[in-house]
Amino acid sequence: MKRLWAWAALIIGLLYFILPLVGMTNFSLKMRRGEYSFDAYAKVFADSRFHETFSYSVWMALLTIIFGVFLVVPTAYWVRLKLPFLRPYIEFITLLPLVIPAIVIVFGYIRLYNTSSWLPLTGSYVGTDILLVFGYATLSLPYMYRAVDTGLRTIDVTTLTEAAQSLGAGWVTIIGRIILPNVTVAVMSGAFVTFAIVMGEFTMAALLNKPAFGPYMQLLGANRAYEPAALAVIAFGITWACLGLMQLVSRLQKTPQRPV
Amino acid sequence: MSFLTLSHLQKSFGATKVVHDFNMAIDKGEFISFLGPSGCGKTTVLRMIAGFELPSGGSIVIDGKDQTRLKPNQRNIGMVFQAYALFPNMNVFDNVAFGLKVAGKPKNEIEARVKEMLKLIHLEHLADRYPYQMSGGQQQRVALARALAPAPQVLLLDEPLSALDAKIRVSLREEIRQIQRQLGITTVFVTHDQEEALSISDRIVVMNAGKADQIGTPGEIYNRPTTRFVANFVGTLNVIQATLVNGSTGALKIGEETLSLPQSIEGKADDSLISIAFRPEAAMLAGPSTGPAVLSGTVLSSNFLGSVLRTKVDLGGNIISFDMFNQPSAVLPKAGETVMLALQQDGLMVLGD
Repeated sequence: MKRLWAWAALIIGLLYFILPLVGMTNFSLKMRRGEYSFDAYAKVFADSRFHETFSYSVWMALLTIIFGVFLVVPTAYWVRLKLPFLRPYIEFITLLPLVIPAIVIVFGYIRLYNTSSWLPLTGSYVGTDILLVFGYATLSLPYMYRAVDTGLRTIDVTTLTEAAQSLGAGWVTIIGRIILPNVTVAVMSGAFVTFAIVMGEFTMAALLNKPAFGPYMQLLGANRAYEPAALAVIAFGITWACLGLMQLVSRLQKTPQRPV
Repeated sequence: MSFLTLSHLQKSFGATKVVHDFNMAIDKGEFISFLGPSGCGKTTVLRMIAGFELPSGGSIVIDGKDQTRLKPNQRNIGMVFQAYALFPNMNVFDNVAFGLKVAGKPKNEIEARVKEMLKLIHLEHLADRYPYQMSGGQQQRVALARALAPAPQVLLLDEPLSALDAKIRVSLREEIRQIQRQLGITTVFVTHDQEEALSISDRIVVMNAGKADQIGTPGEIYNRPTTRFVANFVGTLNVIQATLVNGSTGALKIGEETLSLPQSIEGKADDSLISIAFRPEAAMLAGPSTGPAVLSGTVLSSNFLGSVLRTKVDLGGNIISFDMFNQPSAVLPKAGETVMLALQQDGLMVLGD
C-alpha cells in the first residue's frame, strides 16, 4: 500500500512538471496548420534580434561569472581562513537577493547611480552594462557563494594556506594556484547556475533598457503565438544543458586528499 | 654562536597565556624535539618560529637575523604538517617544485632540484602521481621533499608521523633523521610521543604548561629528569617514599633496608621523608648475584609486552612496576605471590618538587 502511494505521488509530481512542458513543446511545433514542423524555431533562429539579444546575454553572463568569481572566491576564502565568526552574517547577506525582489535592487541602482549622482552609471551605455553585471552578480550571489563555500569545505583551507606560505607564496599565488584550482568544480557549478539565471532574467535588463534575452522573450510573447513557445523550449534546453554540464564537471573532480 | 635563538618568547590568546618566557638556543644542524602533552604550547612555539603566530613578547633570531615580525613567506623556513597538506590539484613533481617556482628559479634548475629531492625520498617513480593516489607515508615523504626543495634555513616538523600507522611511523622517523643528518639542516620536531622524541633527537625540550621544564639529550631527559613532571611524563616511573639517613653520603632507608646513592643528596634534612623514583628496568627480581634484596612486595599483575614482561607489585602501599626481558624460559610471577626486588642504586633518583 505504501509503495502504491509512493508511486502515485511520483506520477502526480512528474505530470505536474512534464505536462506543461509537453504541452508547450507540442504547441511550438504546430505553427504549420495540420502538421508538426519546426517553423516556429526556424523563425526564431532567423530573427536578427534573437541573435543580438542572445549573444548580449551570453556576454553579460560571462562577465557576471568572472566578476562573481573575483568577488566570491576571495571573500569565502578569507571568511573561512580569518573570519570564521562572520560566516553566519555573510551567509545571511548572500541570501538577501532571494528575499529582496530584483525590481527593488534595480530601482535602488537607478536612484543611486542616476545622472546627477557622484557615479552616474545610468548615463552611459557601458555604465548600464556595468550596473547590469553588478545586478546579475547580486542575483546569483546565493548560489555562487554557497557553491564556493561548499567547495572550500572539502579542502583543508588553513593548512594548505600555511603550507603555501611556508614555501614563500603570497596571497595572490595562494588564491590563484592553490585555492581556486581546488574549488574549480564548485566554481563551475555556481557559474552554470549564474549563466542560467542571467539568460532568463527580465526585470533588471528591462528596467535598465538593455537588449537582453529576457526582455526579447517577453516582447515576442506579447506579439506572437508560436514563437514564444519555441523560445521557451530553447531557453529550457539551455538551462538543462547547464545542469548537464554541472553534472559532467562534478564527475571530473579528483578524490579528496586522504591516505590510501 | 647558536643558529636559532628563541628569547623570552611569549604568547597569549586573549587572557590565556599559552607560552611563558620560552628560551632556547639551537645550534646549526641540530635536531631538537619539543615533547609534551596536548595544550603544553609546543605547537604554538613551532608556529611562532614559522611565522603563523605573532609572539606576544620575545624574539626569534635565525642566523643572526631577527625574524620575529617577518611574514611566514619571508622566512625561508620549511614546514611539514601532520595532515600532509599536499596540494590536491598538483602531482608529486609540481608539489615539490612549488616553492622553487614561487622563488622564480629557472626551469632546468627546478627540474634538477625536484629530481634530487625525489631521489632523496626514494619516490622518483611517483613523480606523476596525485596525492589521492598515494599512501599516507608516501604523501608525508613528498611533503618532506617539498619542504626541503627550496633549501630552507630551518625545517619544522609538526607531528608529521601522528597520522601514520605504527610500522610506517618507525621507518619514516628513521628516514627523516637520516635525511636531516645528510643535509645537516637545523630541525625542530614537535611530538607528544616520547619514544619518537627519544629515538631521533639530539636534544629534547620537555614542555609543560607553556614552559620548557627541561632541555637535554635523550639520555639526560630519561635518566636524570630534573622535575617531577619530566620524570612522570617521559617513560614509566615508580615513586616510593624513603627516609634520608645521611644526605652527604647519599644514605637512605627504604623499608628496613639501607641504601647508598652514588651521589650526595642536598637540600634535604637528615631523617626527613624524600621521594625516590626509579624506572621499571632499574628493579629486578632478587637472586644470588643481585646483591641485597631491599624490598619485598606482593605481585598484583603481570603483563606480556612483547620484548619485556612488566609486573606490578604492591610495596607496602606503593604500587610499582618492574620489567624483565622476555626469554622463552622466563616465568611470569603470579598475582598474589610474594617477591623480593633488588634496586640498581645508580637507577634511583631523588625527586625535587
